[in-house]
Order: sequence, then C-alpha cells, then structure tokens
Amino acid sequence: MIDLGYDAAHMLGAVVLLMSFALLYQRRLFSLLHVFTLQALALSATAAWQAFSHDEPHLYITALLTLVLKAIVIPVVLHRIIVKMNIHRTIEPALGIGLTMVAGVSLVTLSILLVLPVTEDATALTRENLALSLSVVLLGLLMMISRRNAVSQVVGFMSIENGLILAAVGVAGMPLVVEMSVAFSVMVAFIIFGIFLFHIRERFDTLDMQKIESFRGESD
Amino acid sequence: MSVISVIVATPLISAVVLALVPGWKLASWLNVAFSAVTLIASLVLFRTPPSSSPLFVVDAFNIYLIALTAFVGLTTSVFSASYIGHEVASKKLDAGKLRFYHAMYQAFMFTMLLALSANNLGVMWVAVEGATLTTVLMVSLYRTAASIEAAWKYFILCGVGIALALFGTILMYLAAQPVMGPGMAAMTWTELMVHVARVNADILNLAFVFLLIGYGTKVGLAPLHAWLPDAHAEGPTPISAVLSGLLLNVALYAVLRFKMLLAANGGAIAPGPLMITMGLASLLLAGLMLYRRRDIKRFFAYSSIEHMGIITFAFGMGGPLANFAGLLHMAMHSLTKSAIFYAVGHVAQVKGTQRLDRISGLTVSHPVLGWGLLIGGVAIAGLPPFGIFMSEFLLITSTFAREPLLAIPLTLGILVAFGALVLRVQQVCFGAPGGESAPIRGSLVPLFAHLGLVLVAGVWLPGPLVAWFQTVAALLG
Repeated sequence: MIDLGYDAAHMLGAVVLLMSFALLYQRRLFSLLHVFTLQALALSATAAWQAFSHDEPHLYITALLTLVLKAIVIPVVLHRIIVKMNIHRTIEPALGIGLTMVAGVSLVTLSILLVLPVTEDATALTRENLALSLSVVLLGLLMMISRRNAVSQVVGFMSIENGLILAAVGVAGMPLVVEMSVAFSVMVAFIIFGIFLFHIRERFDTLDMQKIESFRGESD
Repeated sequence: MSVISVIVATPLISAVVLALVPGWKLASWLNVAFSAVTLIASLVLFRTPPSSSPLFVVDAFNIYLIALTAFVGLTTSVFSASYIGHEVASKKLDAGKLRFYHAMYQAFMFTMLLALSANNLGVMWVAVEGATLTTVLMVSLYRTAASIEAAWKYFILCGVGIALALFGTILMYLAAQPVMGPGMAAMTWTELMVHVARVNADILNLAFVFLLIGYGTKVGLAPLHAWLPDAHAEGPTPISAVLSGLLLNVALYAVLRFKMLLAANGGAIAPGPLMITMGLASLLLAGLMLYRRRDIKRFFAYSSIEHMGIITFAFGMGGPLANFAGLLHMAMHSLTKSAIFYAVGHVAQVKGTQRLDRISGLTVSHPVLGWGLLIGGVAIAGLPPFGIFMSEFLLITSTFAREPLLAIPLTLGILVAFGALVLRVQQVCFGAPGGESAPIRGSLVPLFAHLGLVLVAGVWLPGPLVAWFQTVAALLG
C-alpha cells in the first residue's frame, strides 16, 4: 500500500536537502539566491503538507512565514543589495561540483549514521526527517566555512535555519515551532538588513569578509 | 501577579519606555531607576517559596543567579550613566544611538532574566537568542570598522551556536515525547526532571552534545571562543562588563540545566568528561594567549575565557565540593570581572587609548582608579584575601583529592594566567605615568562596591549563604 502522506513528506524533505547540495557549488550570487529561494519554497511546502496531513494548523503559520519571508522578501532585498553594490558579477571561490558531492555525501552519511541508530522509538518519518535536517544543518555549516562573501554567509546561515525548521516540523506535536521560527527570522532580519549590509557597505564599500577581517584591533 | 513575572516584565517595559525617551541624560538615570526596581523585586524573590509554573521556575539554583544578574545590571547602569557622558563629549556617540543603546540595555536584561527563570526549554532558547541579537546590535554601536567586524564575527559564530542549541532542544523534545506525549509538558524542565529517567538515553546523549557545543559557544569555551575577545574589545565598555559578568554565566546556566537532566536519567553518558575537556582547553589556551595581548579590553576578555574554563571544569568534576567551588567562582568572577571592566572603561577614557603599551603608572597619575584596577587585578589573578582565591583553592584541593592527574593541567593553567595578569597589571599600574592623561569624570562607586563584596566573600562567607550554596551544589549532582 502506498502511504501518500509519508512519501510526499519524504520527497519534500529530500528536495530541501538537494537544494543544500546545490547551494554549495554556486559561484554566482544571483544563482545562489535562486537556489535558496527554491529551498525555501520546498521547506514551506513541507511545513504546509505536515500541517495538512497531521492536522496541526499552527504549522500553516510556519509555512506562510517561510514562504513570505524566505522565498520572497529576503531574496528580493538581497537581490537589490547585490545590484546596488554592483557585485553581481563577482565570481566567488566555491567548492567544485565533485568535491561538493564527496563532502556532501559524507556529511549526509554521517548524519544518517548518527541519527538513525538512536531514534528507534520514533516514527519512520520523524527519523528520516531528522537525518535529512541534520544533513542540511551540516551542509550549511560547510557552506559558511567555505565562503567569504557576507551575502553567501547569510545565505548559509539561513539554510542552517531551514534545516532546523525542517527538523522541528517533522517532530510530531512539537510546541513553539512558530515562535522559534519567528525568533530566528527577527534575528536575521534585524541583523542583516538593519545593520550589517548597509553599514559594512558604508565603511568598506565591499562585502568581502576577507578584506574586512584584516581590520583587527591588534594588527597594528 | 507573581514576583518573578515582575522581575521579567520590568526590564521589558523599561526597554519600551527608554526607546521613547529622547534625552540621553534622563534616559541614563531612568535606566538606573528601572534596574533598581528589578533588583528590589529579585531580592523579594528570596522571601517567596520556590515555585514552578509552565512558564517560570524558581529554585535554589537560579534564584542566586537572578539576584546576581539584577545586581550587576544595576551597578553597570550606574557605571554606564557616568561612562556615556564622556562618550558624548568626545563625539563617539550621539543622542539617537544612545536612545537605541538604553532600550537595548534593558532588552538585554529582559532576555537574561527570562533565560534564567524560564521553565520551558524553548522559551529559554528564544531568550538566549534574543540576548545574542541585542548584544550584537550593541557591540556594533560605535560603527567603526573594527566594531562592525567584531559584531559580524559574533553574529556568525553565536548564530551557528544558537542554531546547534536549537537542534539539541528539538532532539530533547524528540527524546521526551514518546514517554510524556506530545505537547508543552515534554519541553518543560520541571516535568522533564520527573520523567527523564524513562527517556531514551541515546537521544539524550546526542542532544546534550549539540547543546554543549551550542550554548558552549556563548560561554566562550575553546575552540569556539573566537567571537569573545572582539566583542568585548570593540563595544562600549558597559557592554563588555555585562557580557563577561552576565551573559557567559547565563549560557553556562543553560548547559547546567541540561546536565541536571542527563544526571537524572542515569543511563546517559556522564557529561563530566566532556565539560572537563572543554574547560581545561579553554583555561590553557586563554592562559597562554594572555601574554600576547596588546589591547587592555581584549586582555581581560581572554581572562574571562580562562575563568569560564575553570568554572566549566569545576561543574564537570561535579560532587559537592567542586560544584560549590564552581558556584562561588561564578559569582566571584562575575563581580570581579565587571568591576575590572568599570575600571578599564575609565582608564580607556582618561588615557584615550586601549593599548596596553601606552598605559602605565596609573597609581601615580590617578591614584584611586589605579589602585582600584590593581585590587581588581589581584582579585582576578586569584590571590588571597579575595573570593576567587577561595573558590580556586577549593577546586584545586578537591581535584587533587579525587583526580590528581587532572589537577596538574588545572594548576598549570591557573599559574600561567596568573603570571600574565601580574605582569600586565603591574606594568599598567606602576612605573612612570605615560601617554596622555585626563581627569576622571564619573563615579567609581560601582567599582569599589563590587571589589568590597569580593573582599568580604574572600574573608568571611555568612553561614546561611554557605549552607545554601551547599544545597545548590547537592542539587547539581
């Protein structure tokens, strides 16, 4: 018998993970944003599907929030910042596709080996969602380490956040999911748009963190 | 309305009020007044019996941290009131920034107190996240290149830390949910303590690793400490004082709450060795790094990493004596370090620099301030008769009695840091006065109030306080 609820949720979770892979090797900022938007869409669909199939209406709020904020507002604003600062032609050093696959697959294997043995009591969906989301978190970390540009670091951070929301959505009956996703979004919104991108720009006319990092308090 | 809700609501309301007050002079004194109300309310808390509701928990453990937080919050607001006058005069800050600063200060106090009193693990996480947000914004207040870089590094590292802590929290819920059923109860600390013995130990282990790394980033434990010196050095000094004095404690408090859950489970791994390793690594690393610092605020920030390492080590050892030492050290470090930052704030203002090699002979040029900093330095280095000597002595003796091998790196780390502190404090306080020199404007009362308390605690701890520290130490297991 085909369990549609399970299969659909599983597939959507896998799409979120797939987008994390794709994020790793994007060298152009615009394509990075496009992939991120797709990931946010997949996450939003996962949350909505979970809300529908498990009858947890509060998850619709999470889905809506993800859709509006992460799939529309943040990419649009970042897009404008990139255009305004004229860095859309920047080609960033990123991992090559082959290396990405090796690193990514080993991180996914790691998280499956870590999560599946300890969660034998939980439902199959919860276990697999958790393994998927841990992979998304680890891939996001890898991305933040390998990137230098402030925009890509933020995208990496938000993809980690996507992984966490995927985990929270997958665990049945988890309270405070909405509150947590709101708290995260507020933090990202405040810091990214309120302060950093504009002020970093004001000061340095660059978003390259490697250049900024030479301004150490102790370098002189 | 319960006392605890007054304690948490006061700073929240104050933040809103201060965001609306345009004059910075009025705002700075309102800030003091609001902090005083919070402190009074938290002292009233000692007269109310321990209680727990789904939202708040008050027990012997957090009541002392709440009082400590409110107290340091008040003295720092007094220091801040005299500090910002100078910053305005030297055109580093303007009225708009100060309005933001005061609102954020109270918002920060709100998140600290909420994190300390929250019974719900999710609420605790949201509060610690809020604390990150407010402090990142305050670290970047000066808008200099260095401060923005520091704030960015702080946001990236602690953002990741916070994310990992959330993953740990989700795992904690996942572990509890089969036993306790879905819903709020499986995220409520007091409920978890009752049922945790039946919870799957493997998931608990995994959750704790994430929580230790996540919240450990905010404690400033090596190797995740990189944000701490920058954030301390580049923000306004009152923020350095509350970061070292309060935020690190609160993050450690979160780790300890989870450690208590693991201890109550029985089947889970012992969290001790993990904490001991991270503690020792921080202690040794920070001890060595102290020698190469050229910026006075960075110097004392590394000293904070060192002391958080000692405290984490103490709680990792566990047992009544080491826990007692850890609790005492938490309080003493918080008081001493914030006192030092008050002194350093004045020093940086009168000297016009934070560079260690341009500061010397303070006891000659500014006797009161110089001796204040010297006393603080002696206290933080762990010399008698101050409180930190007591707690370090207790810790070292109990470690020698139980794990002599671990006592060697511990003693070594403390001695290495001691050498660096003596060297630098001596250079800053004695010798011929160098560099520019302006008169001190502002109050030294908070500095000496803290040092006085640390001295009293080193000489004589009141009986009831000892008894009560012992209760908490037993509670921590």
